[in-house]
Amino acid sequence: MSANLINLLIEATGQTLYMVAISTLLGTLFGLPLGVFLAISQRGELLSSPWVNKVLGLVVNATRSVPFIILVVAIIPFTRAIAGTSIGTTAAIVPLTIAAVPFIARLVENAIREVDGGLIEAARAMGATPFQIIRKVLIPEALPAITLGLTLAVVSLIGYSAMVGAVGGEGLGDLGIRYGYQRFMPDVMAVVVVILIVLVQLVQSIGEWIAARVDKRAPKGRGQ
Amino acid sequence: MTSHDGQAASIIFDTVGKSFAKPGGGTVSAISDVSLTVEAGTITGIIGRSGAGKSTMLRMVNGLERPTSGKVLVGDQDVGTARGAKLRAIRRDVGMIFQHFNLLSSGTVSENIALPLEIAGIGSAEIKTRVADLVDRVGLTAQADRYPSELSGGQKQRVGIARALATEPKILLSDEATSALDPETTQTVLSLLKDINRDLGLTILLITHEMAVVRDIASHVAVIEGGQIVEAGTTYDVFTAPQHPTTRSFLSGVTGVTLPAFIRDKIIAERPASGGEEVVRVTFSGKHATDPMLALLTRDLGIEVNILAGAVEEIGTQPFGNLLVSLDAAKGDEARTYLERHGLLTEVLGYVG
Ligand SMILES: Nc1ncnc2c1ncn2[C@@H]1O[C@H](COP(=O)(O)OP(=O)(O)OP(=O)(O)O)[C@@H](O)[C@H]1O
Ligand SMILES: [Mg+2]
Repeated sequence: MSANLINLLIEATGQTLYMVAISTLLGTLFGLPLGVFLAISQRGELLSSPWVNKVLGLVVNATRSVPFIILVVAIIPFTRAIAGTSIGTTAAIVPLTIAAVPFIARLVENAIREVDGGLIEAARAMGATPFQIIRKVLIPEALPAITLGLTLAVVSLIGYSAMVGAVGGEGLGDLGIRYGYQRFMPDVMAVVVVILIVLVQLVQSIGEWIAARVDKRAPKGRGQ
Repeated sequence: MTSHDGQAASIIFDTVGKSFAKPGGGTVSAISDVSLTVEAGTITGIIGRSGAGKSTMLRMVNGLERPTSGKVLVGDQDVGTARGAKLRAIRRDVGMIFQHFNLLSSGTVSENIALPLEIAGIGSAEIKTRVADLVDRVGLTAQADRYPSELSGGQKQRVGIARALATEPKILLSDEATSALDPETTQTVLSLLKDINRDLGLTILLITHEMAVVRDIASHVAVIEGGQIVEAGTTYDVFTAPQHPTTRSFLSGVTGVTLPAFIRDKIIAERPASGGEEVVRVTFSGKHATDPMLALLTRDLGIEVNILAGAVEEIGTQPFGNLLVSLDAAKGDEARTYLERHGLLTEVLGYVG
């Protein structure tokens, strides 16, 4: 494999990491509050507003049911409006983020809903405002589950990022398709796949390690 | 109410009713027409069976539930109509502890105790000193940096108590705080509550389904059944002269004065035409509890009594004796008149042939 190809691989890995990192960041920025709101706006919960909850839930579900490759193409005008162009690696961050937000929101929602209602009650009894309950009780208590959820989101985004070649996004997936498939270079394809496997493994291990670090509950099967 | 002068506050339930909306429509009444005054500085117990409405009553004191009718007053504040910042201010004056502790699993002992102080917006330097005091008060200095998962049930409840005391409340609410603990740990938690009541002078309102808890720490008690208070008074009065069948059934077993089976199976309500024994419950109130009254009865009147069951206990710091005896049915009236003249209470339970 030529030095040129190795450079291409390094560059592509950087592009993939860039897209995934930025879209995870933006996805969390919007997905976390959305997820918290979805959890606490259900009927009878902290900020009970069942109608808003229903509507948001529908929007989230709709976004999540569009296959990613179709989403990428469908929102090209939107991408152009946001990123100034609809082509390229930076532009690809827009569809990746759009896909990440509802995904992360649902993961956060589930994590928050797992928090023991007794804790919310205790905080209310202390005179906490809903915002204080979110910040001091719900998020800290849901943190292990949120961490694992974000790990899952990053892994999924690594997969999605391989498809953005369709709109001129670069990165490992694009490289694999252009060289490995279109130029019949199976060794490039193999290296791309190996790098992706290593990346996913790494993300998963780091995510699990952090989740274990922030989890102060008793190990499963040892009391409450 | 907002100043932390450490004074206790009273709680007044004024013809309070609470009904909940049923999922299928309509409403279900949890408590109705409840009037009760919890005097400032007392430890008052509310006892009742599961579903009687205890938690509902308690949760109205800090506005976790709102009455659908009547008023709940904490000090001079109407909790039922308080909203927003006013309600949150009242809540800081009312601490609460729970059966399942409800501690943050993600926070250490110190962090859990600091939570209400952070919520109240107190500065971090003051939080530090106050938390150290509280940790010390509940005897958890060595565990201050541990997480709840590393603590025993009794230790967790101590954290809960310290947390409830953090904002220097005037009232402490306890919802079955010892129900998840073993008898020995229960005793240590109850004596901690007693110490707190004595040292800080705050009002403690606790709910329980165990009369032993009431006996051990409460000066006043209310018995709730089907959402209504059926009996209320000082613990001593309620224990020594229970009026309502529910109260009596809660008391049996606690006062150690159930009839032995061999008598219970034979007992009849009517006095036999001739002969037979009368079965009497003799209650020794207050200062008479330690007098040898039965011996005196035999000496003065020559009436002999058989002791069937009995116990002398301490209720609200007063001794209280409860004896079940049998004696010659023909001399029953004479014996009971004698005992009552000496300040004892008697009750004929029946006869055996
Ligand atoms: N949020 C609610 N919605 C509907 N019904 C409720 C609600 N809370 C309580 N109830 C009903 O009100 C009644 C009293 O409940 P409460 O929880 O006060 O009883 P309790 O005496 O505390 O019982 P336990 O000893 O089991 O805790 C019960 O019939 C219960 O089903
Ligand atoms: Mg209850």
